[in-house]
Amino acid sequence: MIVQISFTLNGRPTTIDVEPATLVAELLRERLNLTGTHIGCDTSQCGACVVHLDGLPVKSCTLLAAALDGTTLLTIEGLHGAPGSNQMHPMQEAFREHHGLQCGFCTPGMLMTAVALATEKPDLTEADVRHGLEGNICRCTGYQNIVVSVMAGAAAMNAARGE
Amino acid sequence: MGNVIGIGASPKRKEDQRFLTGRGNYVSDIKRPGMTAGVFVRSPHGHAILRGIDKSAALASPGVIAVLTGEDAAADKLGSLPCGWGITDAKGVPMKEPPFPMLAQGKVRFVGDMVAFVVAETPAQASAAAELLTVEYEVLPSVVGVLEAVRPGAPQLFDDVPNNICCDWELGDKAAVETAFRKAAHVAKLSLVNNRLIGNPMEPRAAIAEYEPGTDRFTLWTTSQFPHVVRFLMGALVLNIPQHKLRVVAPDVGGGFGVKQFHYGEEAVITWAAKRVMRPIKWVASRSEGYVSDRHGRDHVTEAELALDETGKFLAFRVNTLANMGGYLSTFGPNIPTNLYGPLLGGVYTTPAIYCNVKVVFTNTVPVDAYRGAGRPEATFVLERIVDVAASEMGIDRVEIRRRNMIPKEAYPYQTPVLVQYDSGDPMGCLDGALVAADVKNFDIRKAESARRGKFRGLGYSTYVEACGLAPSRFAGRLGARGGLYESATVRVHPTGQVTVMIGTHNHGQGHETTFAQIVSEKLGVAFDNVDIVFGDTDRVQFGMGTYGSRSLVVGGAALSKATDKVVAKGKKIAAHLLEAAEVDIQFEAGKFSVAGTDRMKTFEEIAGAAYVPHDYPLEVLEPGLEEQAYYDPVNFTYPGGCHIAEVEIDPETGTVTLVNYTAVDDVGTVINPMIVEGQLHGGIVQGVGQALYENAVYDEGSGQLLSGSLMDYCMPRADHMPMMNIATHSTLCTHTPMGVKGCGEVGTIGSPAAVINAVVDALSHLGVTHVDMPATPNRIWRLLQNASLPVAAE
Repeated sequence: MIVQISFTLNGRPTTIDVEPATLVAELLRERLNLTGTHIGCDTSQCGACVVHLDGLPVKSCTLLAAALDGTTLLTIEGLHGAPGSNQMHPMQEAFREHHGLQCGFCTPGMLMTAVALATEKPDLTEADVRHGLEGNICRCTGYQNIVVSVMAGAAAMNAARGE
Repeated sequence: MGNVIGIGASPKRKEDQRFLTGRGNYVSDIKRPGMTAGVFVRSPHGHAILRGIDKSAALASPGVIAVLTGEDAAADKLGSLPCGWGITDAKGVPMKEPPFPMLAQGKVRFVGDMVAFVVAETPAQASAAAELLTVEYEVLPSVVGVLEAVRPGAPQLFDDVPNNICCDWELGDKAAVETAFRKAAHVAKLSLVNNRLIGNPMEPRAAIAEYEPGTDRFTLWTTSQFPHVVRFLMGALVLNIPQHKLRVVAPDVGGGFGVKQFHYGEEAVITWAAKRVMRPIKWVASRSEGYVSDRHGRDHVTEAELALDETGKFLAFRVNTLANMGGYLSTFGPNIPTNLYGPLLGGVYTTPAIYCNVKVVFTNTVPVDAYRGAGRPEATFVLERIVDVAASEMGIDRVEIRRRNMIPKEAYPYQTPVLVQYDSGDPMGCLDGALVAADVKNFDIRKAESARRGKFRGLGYSTYVEACGLAPSRFAGRLGARGGLYESATVRVHPTGQVTVMIGTHNHGQGHETTFAQIVSEKLGVAFDNVDIVFGDTDRVQFGMGTYGSRSLVVGGAALSKATDKVVAKGKKIAAHLLEAAEVDIQFEAGKFSVAGTDRMKTFEEIAGAAYVPHDYPLEVLEPGLEEQAYYDPVNFTYPGGCHIAEVEIDPETGTVTLVNYTAVDDVGTVINPMIVEGQLHGGIVQGVGQALYENAVYDEGSGQLLSGSLMDYCMPRADHMPMMNIATHSTLCTHTPMGVKGCGEVGTIGSPAAVINAVVDALSHLGVTHVDMPATPNRIWRLLQNASLPVAAE
């Protein structure tokens, strides 16, 4: 059985046939060549695969692609604006500025969670950030610079909203 | 365009743009035309005789291309996975070295041991076919703990390895130690376990292999920390592929921590299979697969004794350790609990006599090998724990007993009684800095405040030294290394003056593209943006030993420094000709070659241009081109060190340990990029905190099942486990590396476990607790508190 789904992917209308067992992370990586969404575990613990589904952060490794019909999906490739653009999102800039990444593997999922956190609660405290990142594991950074980056990124997002 | 950014600056990392925008290129992101999918079938038993494999149903499954087993590998006369270090016992008898077949032959020896490889058109088809493979096992009892494995009557993994002992290794002057113990005023004793860990880099291991019949060449993309070593070990020793016919590429790699520095059987199987099926094959491990196949770390059981005189001076240190090797010898396996452990038992102290015996033991568990720190965290842990025990028993302050025994700064270079000679260091300076930074003088106030809330607060110290930038090839060879320990760099100056560096180390998060570019930018006066660093591809990089043991900047950076010196030297010859001056009069500074005492000069770009467009060029005496290569073999290890102070609060109601403050003052030598060094320290500390408080690989004795086999059962530190850490460096310069660097990748992991456990024990000392094994989980602490049978709530 094949299911046809239509959804908005990084701002573009997308229609594709999928098998019912296909997961969103698999669809993105294998069919749509969007390899920025990473798969780091098989138990939905690590958070490397976080994307935004209708504006909310979800772990794309446990979501069936068939469920995407009629939704809006944002991946790391769509976070920084127009396709092909080298301009980065304020959260991406903050991670770069504060050394919030090392090997980069957890980074896309971490950024998607961070943007969602900052969107949901503009006045994030350190405790909010640490609690909010519980579903994203990083083995390299010890989290300290990630926490600093998220706080700075949230402040930059606030400033941008205020303009 | 752009600026020179040199040593000591913290430019933003060159590699970040691609990682932040999802444009990294990890192995699992790569696709090749006609690519198939491979799945490994792994033993579900810890120990079993392999009676037979029926492939028929799997082969008939849709999309299946091949099913390969150990019998096929044997028929193709493939070698077994080589061990890179051969150690010997005290009498010079070599370790027992049973073969490690890439696919099991005759017997399986751990859960996860590879039994077959299934290749199909898609991953789903390969997985479905793997389920249909009928493997007949005769299950044997498993032994997973080292104490159990050496007992008479224990299950035996190999017929010719009696008592499962691979090697009975020793180091130090046993007689001198015994004499010292007889004279001691006090002897402190401690039994401890250094728990088994799983590295868990966030990117699971993966590989793609391709064979091109037109050129008879193989390409292997693999998540490796050392592609050249994989090419050498796998090509020459396992598959018998000529080195020039084999390309190994390790592109962006999502973390290593040692786990990705070994030659794995999966790499050999997939490369061999790619030629058999004449199609590219991709294998990507699941996280759960990684738990039973990534090499594990640590796993020691140790009895230690420290002899002291009446003033608390250390007279002698004696250590007996049983070290778990797992089911086979991995690439560096036997080297870790021996050569990287025994020589570090001196720590930062003047202990005159040390003796260490290590029994290296086989068990039915995943092979154990180097994991961040490798041997040195184990040495630091036993030493720093027993120092606290001795201080407590003798009634001496824990800081004071350390001061009384520390090697003074002026005593360097310092020869220890266990092989190594520290070139430089200042442990007392690190300790003093850490005491202030951790606000130790006000600890009692904080402890009283915790007590008012019914909580126990503790402070723990760890002063340590490590040996990294693994050392001269000649010395390593005497210790049993079967490879060299040098590094290489090629500096290619393009006709326009931009620079590409080919370096034999590997970048998997450490920021090499940035740090190494800073070195070139400073040394050649070239803009930082005009330097690119190439690594991880045996076709593009001349040779290299990769990244492990904090060696990249220490050894690779030295090779790079040497190669840039050669570029400058050649540039001076060219400039002398162009400026019609004597070569000795040419100075090079800030990207300009000038004649001393004059304003005549040529820019670096002009010299590069002249080298490639040699119209006015000394062709009679100098070759065109501006590309230089250097190989650097270090003269000694480097010895980073430092002092870590952990402060914990324990909730007696639940046994939960909360890390409330963490301070580290580390001596890493010259700091090239402070931002990156600090990031390395943060990450290392949290990995050590993970070992101390959360992480544990637990096996079931008898069945050999790994009980902590996924991220749901193995607790990795998360953001809310940590406080903001307080990090500083207090550096003395390495006296023998060109830039004075010592290495920083592992110091955090080496210093932190002892600091945290010493803090936990301190917090519980009023209840008579003298030791807590790692990890100090709520369950373990709660049980201790119940056994202390004190009315804890009334505190």
